[in-house]
Amino acid sequence: MDILYKIFIEPFVFMGEAPDLLIQTLWEGLVSGILYALIALGFVLIFKASGVFNFAQGIMVVFSALILVGLYEQGVPALLALLLTGGAMLILALTVERVVLRPLVNQPDIILFMATFGLTYFLIGFGELIFGGSPKEMITSELYLPQGTTEVEMLGGFVRFQHLDIAATVIASIMIGLLAVFFSKTRIGRALRAVADSHKAALSVGISLNQIWVIVWFAAGIVALVAGIMWGARAGVSFSLQIIALKALPVLILGGFTSIPGAIIGGLIIGIGEKLGEFYWGPLVGGGIETWLAYVIALLFLLYRPQGLFGEKIIERI
Amino acid sequence: MLYREAGQFKTNYVADRAIFPLREDRIGLGLIVLVAYSLAFLGNDFLLQAVLIPFLVFSLAAIGLNILTGYTGLLSLGTGAFMGVGAYACYKLMTAFPEVNVIVWIFVSGFFSAGIGALFGLPSLRIKGFYLAVATLAAQFFLQWCFIRIPWLVNYNVSGALEAPLRTLFGIPIVGATATPQTRYLVVLTIVIVLTWLASNLVHGRIGRMWIAIRDMDLAAELMGIRPLQTKLLAFAVSSYYCGVAGALLVFLWYGGAEYDVFNINQSFFILFMVIIGGLGSLIGSFFGAALIFIMPIVLGIVLPAIFEPLGIPIAAETIEHLRFMIVGALIIFFLIVEPHGLARLWQIGKQKLLVWPFPY
Amino acid sequence: MRAPDHPILAKGDVLLAVENVSLGFGGVKALTDVSFDIRKSEIRAIIGPNGAGKTSMLNCINGFYYPTEGSITFQGLKRPKMRPYEAARGGIARTFQNVALFKSMSTLDNIMAGRSIKMRSNFFWQLFRHGPAMREEVEHRKVVEEIIDFLEIQHIRKTPVGRLPYGLQKRVELARALAMEPELLLLDEPMAGMNLEEKEDMSRFIIEVNQQFGTTIALIEHDMGVVMDLSDRVVVLEYGRKIADGTPDEVKRDQRVIDAYLGVAH
Repeated sequence: MDILYKIFIEPFVFMGEAPDLLIQTLWEGLVSGILYALIALGFVLIFKASGVFNFAQGIMVVFSALILVGLYEQGVPALLALLLTGGAMLILALTVERVVLRPLVNQPDIILFMATFGLTYFLIGFGELIFGGSPKEMITSELYLPQGTTEVEMLGGFVRFQHLDIAATVIASIMIGLLAVFFSKTRIGRALRAVADSHKAALSVGISLNQIWVIVWFAAGIVALVAGIMWGARAGVSFSLQIIALKALPVLILGGFTSIPGAIIGGLIIGIGEKLGEFYWGPLVGGGIETWLAYVIALLFLLYRPQGLFGEKIIERI
Repeated sequence: MLYREAGQFKTNYVADRAIFPLREDRIGLGLIVLVAYSLAFLGNDFLLQAVLIPFLVFSLAAIGLNILTGYTGLLSLGTGAFMGVGAYACYKLMTAFPEVNVIVWIFVSGFFSAGIGALFGLPSLRIKGFYLAVATLAAQFFLQWCFIRIPWLVNYNVSGALEAPLRTLFGIPIVGATATPQTRYLVVLTIVIVLTWLASNLVHGRIGRMWIAIRDMDLAAELMGIRPLQTKLLAFAVSSYYCGVAGALLVFLWYGGAEYDVFNINQSFFILFMVIIGGLGSLIGSFFGAALIFIMPIVLGIVLPAIFEPLGIPIAAETIEHLRFMIVGALIIFFLIVEPHGLARLWQIGKQKLLVWPFPY
Repeated sequence: MRAPDHPILAKGDVLLAVENVSLGFGGVKALTDVSFDIRKSEIRAIIGPNGAGKTSMLNCINGFYYPTEGSITFQGLKRPKMRPYEAARGGIARTFQNVALFKSMSTLDNIMAGRSIKMRSNFFWQLFRHGPAMREEVEHRKVVEEIIDFLEIQHIRKTPVGRLPYGLQKRVELARALAMEPELLLLDEPMAGMNLEEKEDMSRFIIEVNQQFGTTIALIEHDMGVVMDLSDRVVVLEYGRKIADGTPDEVKRDQRVIDAYLGVAH
């Protein structure tokens, strides 16, 4: 009985007793949720346009942040470094298209998925070889990102808002909005969706697969760069960020691989669920449950709805 | 005329269903086993400890994953964690019941990871492809968390690490600090041979056909009366059994002690890479893949400094590790593009060429 | 394996009865209130224009879809929700419109896989590939060889099926279904994409299966000549509804069938 009380009653009593802490936890969950959503968007972008589930998206986040910081450390001015990093992501997109995607056109999805594992490991090795394995500091103030905190008195306590988090939320929301418009309203957006449905069919109506792929991988690279700057500013730039980036996978499972609103809502559910779980229920089992809670939430959810939150019911044919 | 099919007629179905129908193959296999055993006496400690024992351990884990991913077509990213379950179970069993021989516990510990594997395999009925892969990440992270957070698993050891206590077989130490690489190699080799033989029996019989049927066309398989859930769970259980035993061997017969970090997600990926490069759905490929992925960095570690250090360019150990990541990544892409069936297919093509040699066909 | 708990049926008894079956996916109705029966040892054809719901009907019969309404009675037993593997174990086998073979396996292994439900040696014998496991392997191999002889595919016994031409793949698929020794064999367009000679071979096999083993056959086919020659009775679907049912001659004269196939002058 005692354990049931601790699981089902006590955390809620605590929430009620200290609403300021609840708000604080929700806010932190919201920020990380938005950032998960941003990383997840990188996956969605590539998946929609090429049917490739790009496992390397997480490492692209780290890789782009490393290039940015690395360039700055070499004495390149921050804004120019930002531009150059964008260029580097374009080169990456071109290379991936030429070396990985083009030879694997029309292969089963799972083969392309595994190819992105290869890409992930290549980029990890390459990144560490050039930039070293030690964590780096993100050039937050040089990029004119706000720092500091505001404390707001509410509900009988203080809730702290990091300015950086506010900025991250705003920037991520703008990016998400832009991408949504890009996908639904532009000509390229329509072509992207055609390619996702069928490589062959898209080719036959004269859509250039290669171009489309370069565009989406570049766009995903830019999304990764933004995500990398934001996460890097919060947690430092190192390869352990990759583990955070993997959290985008359960987000995608919740939201579905092709849905932009799905990625956002999935991100928020995972971000907030994870923070609440860690803060209120984590101590019961010794803490640290943040490492797996997201996956378990996604797993349980999948058992209930294999097609995700917004996916259509799958009708199998034979 | 060394390798020919001609003249070997099968007069009954038993001979035709043999796993190695060719006499030359059987002789070759016998020779390999013989050489493997004699290496225990010919090889030095470095060869045994740093090359052969880990090669065998990883081959076993790769066979395990190959049963799941290669034969049944279910992609798993939780191999490392399933290996960990075997290692921790083995540790608990051998410290709780020290009077029972450790070999018994190594085999029994696999059942624990089989159980856990089957549990995490349950979602496979409803989810497929990369959805399932993500679900297995839940196993990876959750189990790894258990290894860290449950001190009971390491008998409340302050270091939090698994340590191999002294255990003997016929009075000779095989586990623990005093066990020589030679005896440990012999134990590992024997276990790997036995388990490979059993795996080969399984995949060539009814169960193997059911696994492949599920992989190739799951809907058709179900419409033929193959129960998808049971078949997939069996694959998860058998696969995890092999991984679990491999994990126990890794800690107690190779490392001699280990921390939870050995069973992290990178381990899962490297085993998967062994399977992809070696050949999905091939037991011999698992050995090839393990050899390539594991032995390559050792070779790099010897070759690179030999080339660059005379030129005045020092090569750090990390550099080799980084290069290993790059090369492995590139190899994965290369194999997926050029030969999706991996080294095993190259081996098969080689054998077919040899069958008709010196003629092209 | 369950014991046969169904009555033994004589030739001409109703083997399978489809009663008022409807099937919908969301808003789309694939089948509406369809009823017909299949009698023991007959060849029953299901015909209709594209999209008439023929394959959906087969999918309902072997448990791949559940009817939204109505019921299906097989061997005198009304089945509520039946999983496909249960249908298979109950004696329903089928082939597929788009060949669904196990591509990486040889012809022999594909057919052996079809025997899976008949094999029962346990896991531990399988592990050692000895005793009952090996005996069973040989025993079933003999049966499989008979099927191979019957369908004249000896020469491709050890070829991976992925490399076979389409016509032979269809034949291997029939072999795999026969290996299940079914009571009811469902053939989904067994002759699609075949040339005349291959069609003649396939027709011959279908008739021989029916006559030699007494297997009840339900087939979907577009080639009217084949349908009229082979089948004892024909059911015609259009837009998910049954529009005619009877002997080939009756159906051929039915005005609604003629309209469905040739179009109606408006």
